[in-house]
Amino acid sequence: MAQRLPRSLIGFTALVYFLLHLPILVLVIFSFNSSRYVVWTGLSLNWYKRLLERPDILAALKASLIVGICSTLVSTILGTLIALALARHKFKGRTLFEGLLYVPIVTPEIVVGISLLILFAAFKIPLGLSTITIAHIAFNISFVVVVVLARIQGMDQNLEEAAMNLGADEITTFWKITVPQLWPGILAGALLAFTMSFDDFVITFFVSGVGSTTLPLLVYGMVRKSIEPSINAISTLILIVTTATIYLADRFGREQAKADV
Amino acid sequence: MAGVRERSLAWLHRRPQAQAWSLLGPGTFWLVMFFAIPIIIMLVYSFMVRGIYGGVEPGFTIEHYKRFFDPLYLRILFRTFWISIVCTAICLLAGYPVAYVIARAGRWKNLLLFLVVLPFWTSFLVRTYAMIFMLRDSGLINAWLMKLGLIQTPITMLYTPGAVMAGLVYGFLPFMILPIYASLEKLDLSLLEAAEVLGAKPAARFWKVTLPLSMPGVVAGCLLVLIPCLGSFLTPDLLGGAKEVMIGNLVQNQFSSARNWPFGSAASFILMAAVLVAVMIYLRIKDRSPLEEK
Repeated sequence: MAQRLPRSLIGFTALVYFLLHLPILVLVIFSFNSSRYVVWTGLSLNWYKRLLERPDILAALKASLIVGICSTLVSTILGTLIALALARHKFKGRTLFEGLLYVPIVTPEIVVGISLLILFAAFKIPLGLSTITIAHIAFNISFVVVVVLARIQGMDQNLEEAAMNLGADEITTFWKITVPQLWPGILAGALLAFTMSFDDFVITFFVSGVGSTTLPLLVYGMVRKSIEPSINAISTLILIVTTATIYLADRFGREQAKADV
Repeated sequence: MAGVRERSLAWLHRRPQAQAWSLLGPGTFWLVMFFAIPIIIMLVYSFMVRGIYGGVEPGFTIEHYKRFFDPLYLRILFRTFWISIVCTAICLLAGYPVAYVIARAGRWKNLLLFLVVLPFWTSFLVRTYAMIFMLRDSGLINAWLMKLGLIQTPITMLYTPGAVMAGLVYGFLPFMILPIYASLEKLDLSLLEAAEVLGAKPAARFWKVTLPLSMPGVVAGCLLVLIPCLGSFLTPDLLGGAKEVMIGNLVQNQFSSARNWPFGSAASFILMAAVLVAVMIYLRIKDRSPLEEK
């Protein structure tokens, strides 16, 4: 780079990065502290052991996993189909459809949560894990479409045409050519959907009922009650799960298209 | 089986529209059922009469929208916009230099970008809790300041509008940095060289060339921060003191303790309308930027 950056600018950037990462770093470090106060008294796994003593935490983890896996499966399938249609087909009402697809991304979560609460109440559907899953599928579809669509647009369409010319019908071509090429994109979309479902608080808050406490809802309840280092411990565990998932999603997203033909 | 397969393929061949809609159908059904229809019902509810135990009663009224002109609610509306705009401004002032450095960072670029995206993907609830951990009376900042002897008693930082702003800026800063970085990255460096050759000083080169050319990123970043700020609920709920700090809290309160669903629906709809107006302004500006693409 010919242009040198002024020192003050670099210093300022370093400060912003420091402030951006300090809170999480401190949170993780103090989850290993033996004291409950913000004075470092020594390394300890005490707060993690406390987590194991609480059955509600395991129950919440189970609820989060059930919702996360179910909503990921459904939203990935529905989102992938939409992405295929958008990339390959001309159809009437496309602009309107794209509105339906992209408005959920910018709609405030609280609006989505409240409107679903109203829907479930209006049709007397009892709130629970099923309503949470329905809501998560709804907000995940659009994100899966965005990720998978990006993948399709980078794909080699000639392979599909070649397969068809060689006598394969649409269904065979789809399973033998399209899906293997698209796989990393689908996987990246699925991992992203899982992270968003696993992390979601606001929408879940409004559509959950008695006995359907997911991990974020439990953490919220703990934070409201009293601040103690077990929350740091549980937060650290959530961070590990989401960071690992995002890391994998990123790797699959970048993987070059391998044509397994 | 083969018969069904061939027949369905033949049917799809004859109708390309049907082929598209068989792919779109299931997802569209879900989005209509669980996104569009709920919002329409919410809009209808906002014109109905309040039920005593939550819910609504039949009837038509615009009372709930009129209620926003009550000074109490105008203040919440005003505070929401004020907090969101200040946060957007802080994010812009802090984010622009960072984006600039990343765009010029050469081999450090990928690492720096990764470090911006990383907190962006960590749970928002966890990050909000991390702010509480830092800001509360017995939190880390107060503990450090007391240890240094700068203060004797803890400063109250949590449960103030300042804490809400800090939480929002912390939460949404990456939304500002990434689009600005994207437009600075695309910037044609020969334009800057031309300006230099023609005698423009560094400051003039920045104000007359770099900044105008990065405006699409600035506008996108501002909207990407403003929109979630306007709709925020968790941050003011956990970091703000009063019960109803921003519209998000007002909405939530109407559906829990206040039990006024129509008013909550109206508030929620006003929020959604504000966001959509912001998006439309963005799309208009985006279409009008001739210098971005060549």
